[in-house]
Amino acid sequence: MTEKTVALTTEKQGVPASAGEKPLATRDDTRYIAPPVDIFETEDTLTVVADLPGVPRDAVDIRVEDGILTIRGRADYAPPQRTLREEFGLQGYFRQFQLSDAVDQDRITAESRNGVLTITLPKAEKSRPRQIEVKVG
Amino acid sequence: MNFVSFDILDEMERMRREIDRILGEDRASSWTFPYSRISFLPGRAHRAYPLMNIGEDHDNFYVDALAPGLDRDTLGVSVTGDQLSIRGEKKPLPKSVKSELVHRSERSAGQFSRTLSLSSSVDSSKVQATYVDGVLKIVLPKMEAAKPKKIAVKVG
Repeated sequence: MTEKTVALTTEKQGVPASAGEKPLATRDDTRYIAPPVDIFETEDTLTVVADLPGVPRDAVDIRVEDGILTIRGRADYAPPQRTLREEFGLQGYFRQFQLSDAVDQDRITAESRNGVLTITLPKAEKSRPRQIEVKVG
Repeated sequence: MNFVSFDILDEMERMRREIDRILGEDRASSWTFPYSRISFLPGRAHRAYPLMNIGEDHDNFYVDALAPGLDRDTLGVSVTGDQLSIRGEKKPLPKSVKSELVHRSERSAGQFSRTLSLSSSVDSSKVQATYVDGVLKIVLPKMEAAKPKKIAVKVG
């Protein structure tokens, strides 16, 4: 699973984006945080765990398009009024990963709990390890 | 002529700053913007965890701490006088995951505690804490004696 570091272009090839036109990119034009992730395998799944603190369950947006997994979330957080000290600011979260064919892209599930998003990507049938019995003739 | 001035008050101030720095109370110099995009992680740098936003109004202090993925039963908030202390534990990946099957490990885990002093005493019996979507929000009512009083100025 490779991270997609180059954002989709905001304008068509050679044609400058005209004013008011929505950019083609999946990336927001506002500031965002790349959420830290853990990615690990089990026997039949690949699991992505991402920290998205401050994002309510319904503001998490996970998509798979053209083999690219996009994690996006919008934090619903405003710092207290009359701030004495401000150490963090939360806005949007955005990160993309390139999926391989080894993942069954139709059966991806996700759950969000306490600001932690867990995405379960089942391995495709063909990429699971298979024990081959050796017959002794 | 070699003349070195020695001021006991300067020395004491210097010592106080040094102790504040050691105790993590150095406000001005330890926080530099902009943070890196994933800078709220513990362990990435010697940085206080969890990160906190602190605000106040006439009646209350408001402390928000950024700490995703905590178990409610490990989370502890305690108040003594003007000291607020938060501790908790972020669970690591399950032991069943073999290390050779981990592709990325960016979310640090482990126990943490952080203590900070507020500028006045709070009523510890009325402190409220909620933990929603990985953000711990604490409301600390000020002691009656610590609230600012408005004093009318008579014009004679």
